[in-house]
Formats: sequence, C-alpha cells, structure tokens
Amino acid sequence: MTLQQEAARRPRGVQHISTGRRVKDRFVQGLVYLAFAMAVVPLVSVLWLVISNGLARFDLEFMTHSMRGIGARDAGGGAYHAIIGTVEQVLLASAISVPIGLLTAIYLVEYGNGGRLSRAISFFVDVMTGVPSVVAGLFILAFWILFLGMPYSGWAGAMALSILMMPTVVRSTEEMLRLVPADLREASYALGVPKWRTIMKIVLPTAFTGIVTGVMLAVARVAGETAPILLTVFFTDSINNDPFSGPQMGLPLYVFDQAARPNDTAIDRAWTGALTLILIVMLLNLVARLIAWWRAPAKGR
Amino acid sequence: MTTDTKIRDGGPAMRRSASRRTSGEGLFKFLATAAGVVLLAIMAAIAVFLIAEAIPALQANKGGFFTDLVWEPNSSQVFGIGALAFGTVLSSGIALVIATPIAVGVALFISHYAPRRLAGPLGYLIDLLAAVPSVIYGLWGLAFLVPLLREPSRWLNEHFGWFPLFAGEGAIGGKTMLAGGIVLAIMILPIIAAISREVFLQVPRMNEEAALALGATRWEMIRMAVLPFGRPGVISAAMLGLGRAMGETIAVALIFPATFDISVQILTPHGNSIAANIANGFGEATPIGRGALIASGLVLFVITLLVNMAARMIINRRKEYARAGA
Repeated sequence: MTLQQEAARRPRGVQHISTGRRVKDRFVQGLVYLAFAMAVVPLVSVLWLVISNGLARFDLEFMTHSMRGIGARDAGGGAYHAIIGTVEQVLLASAISVPIGLLTAIYLVEYGNGGRLSRAISFFVDVMTGVPSVVAGLFILAFWILFLGMPYSGWAGAMALSILMMPTVVRSTEEMLRLVPADLREASYALGVPKWRTIMKIVLPTAFTGIVTGVMLAVARVAGETAPILLTVFFTDSINNDPFSGPQMGLPLYVFDQAARPNDTAIDRAWTGALTLILIVMLLNLVARLIAWWRAPAKGR
Repeated sequence: MTTDTKIRDGGPAMRRSASRRTSGEGLFKFLATAAGVVLLAIMAAIAVFLIAEAIPALQANKGGFFTDLVWEPNSSQVFGIGALAFGTVLSSGIALVIATPIAVGVALFISHYAPRRLAGPLGYLIDLLAAVPSVIYGLWGLAFLVPLLREPSRWLNEHFGWFPLFAGEGAIGGKTMLAGGIVLAIMILPIIAAISREVFLQVPRMNEEAALALGATRWEMIRMAVLPFGRPGVISAAMLGLGRAMGETIAVALIFPATFDISVQILTPHGNSIAANIANGFGEATPIGRGALIASGLVLFVITLLVNMAARMIINRRKEYARAGA
C-alpha cells in the first residue's frame, strides 16, 4: 500500500486510530466517569445516614418541645426553640440583605456604566462571597457585641447571616437584570417614562422570578450556617421568641451542640436536627430551582 | 397606585414638571449607589473592627503571636498562631489535592461526556453537595468517615510509613487531618466543579471541531483544545476552593482533635485550624481569649481575602470567563 493510498483511506474509517490512542481515550473516559461517581458517593452516603439515623426521633415531641429541663442523659426534648430561632434569624437576615442586594445589583446594571466605583463594587462583591462565615460572625461579635456593648441576640445573628447573603443576592439579581431585553427598557423610555420608574415597573417585574430564585438559594445557604450564629446568638435550651433580646438557638447550632455531647440520646437528637435542617434546605433549594426552570425569564412574559 | 394608571393612560409623565421627575430619579439613583457603597463599607468595617478588638488582646499577649505554638489566652495569656495556621494550610492543602482532579473530571463529564439531556440534572446533583450544611458534613465525618478510615490508615502507615505524611506510631486513625481533609475536599468539590464546567463550556466550538476534524480522539481533543483554554479558569477555581477550605469552620471543628502542635502526620490524631479553634474555644473564652480569637480570625480574613482576590483577578483578566464568576 502506497503512502497516498493510506492517506486517502484514513478519513473513511476509525480503524486507523492506533490501539494505543484508542486505549488512552477509553482510559480517560473511564477516569472521568469514575470522578463523577466518586463525587456522588458522599452525597448519597450523607443523605442515607442522615435519613436513617434521623428518623428515630423525627416525632411530634421533637417539633413541639424545647430542651428546657431535659437532663444530660434524658431522652426526649426537641428542637422547637432552634427551629423558631432559625426561621426568625433567616427572615431578618433576608429583610436586611435583600433590599441592599437588590439596589446594589440595580446600581451595577443600570447606573454603573462600567465606571470605577461600579468596577470596585463588582470586584468586592466577588471577594465578599469568599469571606469565611466564621469571620462574618467575628465581625458582628467585634462590632455589635464588644464595641457597641449589645447583648447576644437573634438580631445579631441575622446581621452576620446577612453579610453572607448579600453577595449571593447581588450576583443572582445582577444576572437576571442583564437578561431583561434592552428593547423593553427602550420602549418604556420612548413613552417618556423616567428611568427609575422603568426599573421599578418594567425591569424588576420581568426579572422577578429569577430574583426570587436567587434569594431562595441564598436563604438556603445561610439557613445551614453554624459558625456565625454560634458567635452572635449564643446558646439557649429554652424557647425565646424575641429575636431582639437574649440568646436564641438555631437549628444548625442545635445539631452542633447536641453532636458534641457524649450521650446517645443527644446524638440521636443531633441526627434528627440534621434531618430537619436538610429537609428545610433541600426543599428551599428544590422549590427555587423549580421556579427557575418553570419560568425562565429569557422566555417568560 | 394612581400615578401608575396615569402613566399608562398616555404618558403624562412627560407633562410632569422636570424638577419632580429628576428628584425621583435622583433619589432612586442615590439609593442604588448608596447600597453599593454600603457593601464596600461593610468589607472595610470587617477589617477595622477585627483589628480594633484584637489589639487589646495582642498587647496583653506574653508570647509571640506569629511565633508561639501554644494557645492559652485564658490562663497564662500566651498565645501564638503558628500551629493553627499550619493546620489550616495543611488541611486545606490535603482537600485541594483530593478535590481538584475529581472536580475537573466531574466538570469534563458534565461538559463533554454526559449525554446532553442528562448534563443539566447531573450538574444539579453536584450542586446539591454544596447545599448540604457544613455541620451535617461534620456529623457525617464523625460518625461515618472516621471509623471508615481506620483500616486504610493502618494499611497506609504500615506500607508507606517511610513517607513523612503517613508516618507515626501508636494511635493510627481516628480524628485525623486526613479525615478532616477529605470532608473539606467534599465541601469544596462543587465550587471547583461548577466554575471549571462553566469555563469548559466556553471553549470556542471551532477549536474543538478543528481538533476533531484532524482526527483527534475525544481525549486528544480535550487535551489540545479544552484544557489549554480552561487552565487559568481551573486554577482560579481551585484557589476559590482553597479559600473556602481555609474558612470552613464547623465541620472541621467537630473532626479535628484540637491539639496545638506542628505535625505533618496526617494519620495520627493531630491537628487544628484557625476556624475550628474559634468555634471550639469561643464558649469558654475570657475577654482576652475572645480578643485572641478575633486576632486569629483577622489572620484568616486576610489570608482568604488575598487568595480570593488573586483568584478573581485571574478570572477577570479573561473576558470569556466573565460568566463563570459563580
């Protein structure tokens, strides 16, 4: 067979890929599949362990009672105080971070024009996503509790959580606002509507579902944070409905606290707390993704 | 709501006095700008207040903050960050070494190997790993991973004990750096995988098709077109993961045995980290102790800030990666 014939045949068949190259290709494919499997194994393992261990105490008492008056070795007791605390802290954190995050995103998309300030803000929003949660807690501890002399409270925890929420809210909102077609804005300007009314009445409603998704994902993230509330909310075994005075509890903190106690009854409670927490977080996550998938802003309205 | 209907009825907004329109506009613009400035101010305030609250403790320190290994701010008022910083670097290094190759594999799987229709849901599955709260990873590590690692650790120690990392005598296994490192690896895997995936998806289609047209196999195409293009993205993704690992608190607070020494033996119960020490030591800290913890938090803040800023600069330098800043 001459060289020319060989060259002419080559494009037609795959059989001319040498064995070595084919084996290497298959080998890498195997590695890539293996990597994916290795990433999924821990997820399945964590979920399985939490569900199987958590179901033991997943009962009405757990949902309706606090740890008040429960002795070190006693069974029973629950996480009602922790659930109340987490719900209140997360709601307050959203109340702080959503307006600031939303307005910052509006500034970046509508008013920034790539100027120096907007580039600085954009950069530091990215950097802020990397602020360790424990540092956010330490900051509120240093500023609110040590410097201003305020007591430990759910509100302090909410402030720490809001620092972690803000960058996520800004980023997701910004992305959604950029997806709103320029035609819509221009049509509104052409009717003589001022810019800020255009943003309020045209841009934000168009991007609304996307923004809700982003906020819910941010909420799901901070609902599981332990370190910031450990440093700012402190512990309590009793129900405290007032987030503005006195120590509260949070569900992640409850898990941490119970897991560190040496008795089986406490470990059982930790697992059930973990199950409750994972249900809340996963549910928020799932609903957020469903909203995003159901009404992608690009095709919606 | 009355003003809304007026506008819709036929644009009386135009007839409104110019001053009123600009005042509403000005106020709104001011609010938006102010929100952005507040964000910058928070970042600055974090540094300022951590420094302010750390200074009294640092002045009361009877040892060297950067040189001492002991951490006794509550009793003898001698504390140094040496052992903690070492543990932080070692544990996140282990996590990075384990997580990066797997994350790159996962990203390639989703971007180039998985069937198109499955790629989305499978990517979501990996994102779910990031949704699991860190305290639950801690619990899982303590109850499942630590016992699981006992036998492999003994085996490694027996056969590769000459290697410093796997050296050590006596108690092998248990609450070790290895267990903590693996848990950290699982926690940072999703972020590295997500950013790498975005970067791999942005490889110019032309480059890939050119490689395939030259007769390259899929792996050769990836090696020639995808990996060179994605390298800076993967590097910065790994750095973001490193920042995450160093700041991770609760999971490692449950797993690390909280010793204060420098030891590279990852199979024996040694180790601690700055973040874990804050979580474990906060409960019984005196005012000096709290200041010392804040000082250590400041060090952590500065290190993660530098790592994150470097990573972001790498991402931002290439415009094509603009979308990958998740």
